[in-house]
Amino acid sequence: MIAIIDYGVGNLRSVQKGFEKVGFKAVVTRDKDMLTQADGIVLPGVGAFKDAANSLSGSGLGEEIIKNISKGKPFFGICLGLHLLFTQSKEHGITQGLDIIPGRVVSLPSNVKIPHMGWNQIKKLTDAPVLTEIGEGSYLYFVHSYHVVPDDRSVVATTTDYGIEFVSSIRKKNIFASQFHPEKSSKLGLKILRKFGEMTS
Amino acid sequence: MIMLAKRIIPCLDMKEGRVVKGVKFVNLRDAGDPVELAAAYDEAGADELTFLDITASHEKRDIMLDVVRRTSEKVFMPFTIGGGIRTVEDIRKVLENGADKVSINTAAINNPNLVYEASRKFGNQCIVVAIDAKKIADSRWQIADSSKKETDKPSATRKALPTPHSPLPTNRWEVYTHGGRTPTGLGVVEWAKKIEGLGAGEILLTSMDRDGTKNGYDIELTKAITSAVNIPVIASGGAGKLEHFLEVIVEADADAVLAASLFHFGELSIKQVKEYLRDNGIPVRL
Repeated sequence: MIAIIDYGVGNLRSVQKGFEKVGFKAVVTRDKDMLTQADGIVLPGVGAFKDAANSLSGSGLGEEIIKNISKGKPFFGICLGLHLLFTQSKEHGITQGLDIIPGRVVSLPSNVKIPHMGWNQIKKLTDAPVLTEIGEGSYLYFVHSYHVVPDDRSVVATTTDYGIEFVSSIRKKNIFASQFHPEKSSKLGLKILRKFGEMTS
Repeated sequence: MIMLAKRIIPCLDMKEGRVVKGVKFVNLRDAGDPVELAAAYDEAGADELTFLDITASHEKRDIMLDVVRRTSEKVFMPFTIGGGIRTVEDIRKVLENGADKVSINTAAINNPNLVYEASRKFGNQCIVVAIDAKKIADSRWQIADSSKKETDKPSATRKALPTPHSPLPTNRWEVYTHGGRTPTGLGVVEWAKKIEGLGAGEILLTSMDRDGTKNGYDIELTKAITSAVNIPVIASGGAGKLEHFLEVIVEADADAVLAASLFHFGELSIKQVKEYLRDNGIPVRL
């Protein structure tokens, strides 16, 4: 079973239905025991970093995520769920994140239209297990105004060009997190969800 | 180099949970079922979908929420819901049921603060403001220099007559509401700038003059807006052939193009449009 963390941010239905579509049971939950029982954890989300970070720390879900990741459980962060792994964000003032991946979350450059919204290509730097079926230059769906800057570049799985070449996904041991939305990326996105599902079973 | 794909967006008109204006798609069990159509367009390579709800009765609008819910369970691509959205609460319901964006038109004119509140609450990426634009009739302009013959000169040589709906002289298009029936007196360019400032994440720009004509998108109008704002602009109204898509992207810098009947009746397929654009050097997702 895959646990999709419900922390009051954004719509989680698409992620859940996406996993079901490719044959994996997924539950939307904020119950810490469920996270412990789950074979894999997904942290989705669209919205403001500050509210999300406060919600994770206030509810104790943040600690639970850290605990489960350190046990080696497969983890997938999507969009805001990628940002929250980082040390801090500059979105609407500086806010601390979970600090699982050292680095910062910063704004996209001002010479491009914000938000970065639509289908853009990925460039693969390392072969993350969930991306093995996704070819170089594939188009995936993005919607965001901020992006991550990891201190350690070796965690970068893919980059994408939009005014700058930004980090569009990272991987570190059992962690994979993407700026793009697999649950909105049509067939390719479902392939990514399937791969993650396979890692949990 | 920016390779963000230009988006091709089919628009489906819906009434009481059914797609209207007949869609002729092959292999559909039920051509009026929005969920099935959405899935077919996903399969056909559409980049997004827009549902426009034209249900008149407010009581029957919950049917739309059911469509939103069912669509989000079956279709894994972004979709927008427009039509009849008036309050933050309306927006919350639509988003909670699985839509990615909402499109607001008349309600934004009546209460611009809605754009501000909603974008603060839900993020500007999900707030689309739809603008229905109509060119200000020539009879309402006069030539600044009466010695010159009226030709198709740029707006700088023209002056607006002081009518009750007099827009700014620099604006050559006026914002309309209620499906293009009600003039607002607002200039399109100033309105676009205003809603960008309020937090709109995208503009769906429809030329009322071109809508349904198949004579091509309004290039001048679209360009006026894309050069005035820094948020994505979806061009709508007038698509009739392949060249029209290319022209509005290249000449007017549209970020996305919307079309309805052209796709619904199979006159052009999404794939044809994308291949044509690709062959002309435009980044598309194929």
